[in-house]
Amino acid sequence: MMSELSLYFSYPFVRYAFICGVLISMCAALLGVTLVLRRYSFMGDGLSHVAFGALAVSAVLSVTNDLLIVIPVTMITAILLLGLTEKKKIKGDSALAMMSVSAVAVGYILLNVFSTSANISGDVCSSLFGSTSILTLTKQDAVFAFVMTVVVGVLFVLIYNKVFTITFDRNFSKATGVNVGLANLILSVIISIVVVMSMRLVGALLTSAVIIFPALCSMRLFSSFRNVTISSVVIGMISSAFGIVLSILLSTPVGATIVVVDLLIYIAVTVIKK
Amino acid sequence: MELLRVKDLCLGYENEIVVKDLNFTIACGDYFCIVGENGSGKSTLVKTLLGLEKQISGEIELLNGLKRNEIGYLPQKTEVNSDFPSSVYEIVLSGFVGSMGFRPFYTKKEKEKAMETMELLGIEDLKDKSYMKLSGGQQQRVLLARALVSSKKLLIVDEPVTGLDVNATFEMYGLIRHLNHNLGVTIVMISHDKVAVDEYANHVLTLGKEVSFR
Repeated sequence: MMSELSLYFSYPFVRYAFICGVLISMCAALLGVTLVLRRYSFMGDGLSHVAFGALAVSAVLSVTNDLLIVIPVTMITAILLLGLTEKKKIKGDSALAMMSVSAVAVGYILLNVFSTSANISGDVCSSLFGSTSILTLTKQDAVFAFVMTVVVGVLFVLIYNKVFTITFDRNFSKATGVNVGLANLILSVIISIVVVMSMRLVGALLTSAVIIFPALCSMRLFSSFRNVTISSVVIGMISSAFGIVLSILLSTPVGATIVVVDLLIYIAVTVIKK
Repeated sequence: MELLRVKDLCLGYENEIVVKDLNFTIACGDYFCIVGENGSGKSTLVKTLLGLEKQISGEIELLNGLKRNEIGYLPQKTEVNSDFPSSVYEIVLSGFVGSMGFRPFYTKKEKEKAMETMELLGIEDLKDKSYMKLSGGQQQRVLLARALVSSKKLLIVDEPVTGLDVNATFEMYGLIRHLNHNLGVTIVMISHDKVAVDEYANHVLTLGKEVSFR
């Protein structure tokens, strides 16, 4: 088993993929805490469905770098969602549900009608459940993941105290002069980057799992916001590292394996804390 | 010295005016109480003073150098998620965030001030405790500390004793009185409690069918 692993890890692209998988999960876990606390657990889910729609559009248009379409579309959706809920024009959860199912439906129709690809169901399957094998992640993906992780990490640290204050008590924040709009804007940008990245790792259907599971585990273990955030990142890291290694050894799909590891950690934490 | 002047203020929702032609001033050192029945517009008035809601017409002037973010706020018992992870210290410190601008972290001075404020309110032992596990009275003290950290000039407290038992109520009023009397913090308090209002307030604004100010 170990020799099999070391054989795999002797390939540089496996190492790249491993590193970028772990980085993406860390970013996702970082955001999970505030999303869960804002009762936005499904934001990752909804946004990744929108991203799936955007991915379909770029496939139909045969755009070479699909991120150029997917990231802006997801970002605009995230900004609209946080903004609309702020103005109470429309209830956040129903807005999200509406957008996400519509995007998936339209995306799937587009792919079926216009796609030139020979293997439509394969394409759809990999966007929904992530790459079946980690070996399909390219070096370019790894570099992108690394750069984005740094961006997300730095931005999050810079707005961390504001995120805490706003998440804890929005009215107090506004009354005392916290720039709630700007902080939410930055948060939406980060969320959309993370969603697009984790979609490549675990797929659209499983994205919200890597976002919320580490946060939910940590909230059972710790009681201060800082410790929960740190523990969340650590759990995200552990679950994806284990998940990726397991998926290599057992030849299981990467994304689903990571999510199952997350689930097992959650069950273990719940049992221990009982 | 006047801190705040309200001129011909009209408040309400969409097409319904709740409060009409309100005029009053709040001076430094006041213990200013706002009373009135449910729906008379007390909370709307406070939210407008804080800039959370817009008035229909009229003016709110901040005087003598008072800034918007120098008004501390103790909200009516906030409905915080019961699973929200947060330590007392984190919450008290968050009172500074509004005045930090683009600076991302707390300074050493701010951390010291947060500690001092917690000592002042007798919650320094709770520093690392989880907010969710505290009693109602302790939670209110933590939020009062957060409000004080954000401003020592003017404090708006919205029904600070809702849901507290007799002892905690007594302590809460005592603390607010102490802040007002000994530290010169101007207090604006919404209250249902006639006894407390008669005992502590030096000005009372009554909202409702009959608007009065004394």
